[in-house]
Amino acid sequence: MRKKSYRLDEKGLDALIAHLREQGYQVYGPKVEDAALHWRPITGCADLPRGWTQELAPGRARLEPDNSAALFHHWTCAEGLKAVLHLPLVRIMAARRDNGWFRILDNPPPAARCAFVGVRPCDLAALAVLDRVLLGDRYADDIYRARRQGAFLIAIHCQRSAPTCFCASMGSGPRARSGFDIALSEFAEGDAPEYFAEAGSPAGMDLLEACGAAPAPPDWSRAVEEGCARAAAAQTRRLDAHAAPQLIDALFDSPHWDHVAKRCLACGNCTSVCPTCFCVNYEDRTSIDGREAERWRLWDSCFTQSFTYIHGGSVRSSVKARYRHWLSHKLGRWQAQFGTPGCTGCGRCIVWCPVGIDITEEFRQLQLSAAAAASFATKD
Amino acid sequence: MSSNGTRPRIAVFKFASCDGCQLSLLDAEDELLAVAEAVEIAYFPEASRRMAKGPYDIALVEGSITTHHDAEAIQRIRRQAKTLVTIGACATAGGIQALRNWHDTAEWVRLVYAKPDFISTLKTSTPIAEHVPVDLELRGCPINKHQLIELISATLAGRKPNIPTYSLCLECKRRGNTCIMVAGGVPCLGPATQAGCGAICPSMNRGCYGCFGPMENSNAHSLASQFRVLGCARDEVERAFRSYNGWAWPFRRVFEEVPRS
Ligand code: SF4
Ligand code: SF4
Ligand code: SF4
Ligand code: SF4
Repeated sequence: MRKKSYRLDEKGLDALIAHLREQGYQVYGPKVEDAALHWRPITGCADLPRGWTQELAPGRARLEPDNSAALFHHWTCAEGLKAVLHLPLVRIMAARRDNGWFRILDNPPPAARCAFVGVRPCDLAALAVLDRVLLGDRYADDIYRARRQGAFLIAIHCQRSAPTCFCASMGSGPRARSGFDIALSEFAEGDAPEYFAEAGSPAGMDLLEACGAAPAPPDWSRAVEEGCARAAAAQTRRLDAHAAPQLIDALFDSPHWDHVAKRCLACGNCTSVCPTCFCVNYEDRTSIDGREAERWRLWDSCFTQSFTYIHGGSVRSSVKARYRHWLSHKLGRWQAQFGTPGCTGCGRCIVWCPVGIDITEEFRQLQLSAAAAASFATKD
Repeated sequence: MSSNGTRPRIAVFKFASCDGCQLSLLDAEDELLAVAEAVEIAYFPEASRRMAKGPYDIALVEGSITTHHDAEAIQRIRRQAKTLVTIGACATAGGIQALRNWHDTAEWVRLVYAKPDFISTLKTSTPIAEHVPVDLELRGCPINKHQLIELISATLAGRKPNIPTYSLCLECKRRGNTCIMVAGGVPCLGPATQAGCGAICPSMNRGCYGCFGPMENSNAHSLASQFRVLGCARDEVERAFRSYNGWAWPFRRVFEEVPRS
């Protein structure tokens, strides 16, 4: 595909959203609700968080007023796109018994196609991870596929990073390279923001053309590259995922796991907010008269006791074993299993952990303890 | 229908409690008729004058043990019940009345009652499980009626009831709530508390009060430290953990230096 870029103002962005809605999409965007940003249905730019930015730190998230006309002076929504595409709670089957007959009831009709405005590069990367996990093998997840396949993605490159972001070291941001239909960059120096819009798919280009978007000025592309490079350079957190698989196996018995387990609540907030954690559990429900039965699927977490319950008890009965499993899988074993780490560097697990446990810091400590063990061994 | 084709016999017993939990059954208006058809309510003084003798398939036990009489009665109930299910914070943890366990009960009796001589009570309020083996706990102050209905329908269908023992946070996040602890600095007991209520309080922008009691592997100590980081005074933290489920060991141990023998 020919690379084409366009210039949009806010009206133009509104037109994109309106077009998508006319085509039958349910359009989602970051919206302020209950003192945080969430993926919610939007009808236009007016629903986007103008005038707000975020203060993000371990165990702490605040919306802060921002003296700017920008619509995207924030980073991540509290949840990943999985909240819309890999639903937290979904009925997968219902049946009824009538006069000796057993009847499978229809599931609700599939939801409208989804479009997302303002998808961060880390969240695009998370979709690629989820696609690999849920669709990349012989047994694909039909519920995810139905929602994911028709999804239209309007990304936003990050020209600033939050203190909890570490996408640069994970190779997933702050500039999106693929996986979008349109990628925007925001220029909001004046009172009216303007957007550099790159088409990433034929559908994205059609939409931009249909909205009559003008070609972008020639120097904008470089300005975006520079902005994203500055955002990358400003990141203070980093994680060396290449080192993870080897390190994780060597550190199964590290005392550091006990140290984390003292603080970890096994609450599962990290897995709930992580855009790539995909685990689910199934629940059967029956009516009292025994005529109706339903099977539901709900988000699960490797931090629960029941997650590894087999005959006789839980395999990972301690909090230590669960945190170790989570980090080891996310950073290490995921690579052997699916070819990439399960972490994109979005920083959500750091922010939304009630006690602010920081995956980059825990990993760094593990690396230090490995280095210490190695130097001890050579002295022997 | 139980395996031999008869309706399971259910009995409801009460000890020291406010009756709120057994009322949850009467409160289940939509399901009540179906329940009455599917099970035999053999003993439920709050709802019916019929008081049929045991044995019972399920004994629902509300309330904590606070008198000598209670302590004997629960032994008899256990002998008559195939399955004994405790319902509510009083039965599962000793309830709010267990606050007396940290104080001089005799002195309180003297302060409260005009004729203390008529009062015969134990020094402590203790959960049923400290007296007899318990098969299942329904938590909460009061319990969630959906969990009670789930217990009954699961029993009838011969399947395991869906009563999670993990943290409230998982339920809260599945609802799509903003975490008020992280986004608002509000102390919330959710990360140490068992799910099952539907995350009612955080959904109304209130911190969880912990009325479902400690979750599995509850790390109340770490959460208590975080409350201090959020600016709570030590006594505020103590009050937060020492309420409906204060006597439950995972909450209690946070403030007790000497470990239980
Ligand atoms: S592990 Fe943490 S930083 Fe990595 S993708 Fe998940 S939530 Fe984001
Ligand atoms: S992690 Fe990177 S891509 Fe994600 S919000 Fe932060 S800067 Fe943007
Ligand atoms: S790391 Fe944090 S969010 Fe994850 S289970 Fe532990 S305390 Fe909860
Ligand atoms: S509001 Fe409370 S229950 Fe909900 S996620 Fe936060 S800490 Fe957990």
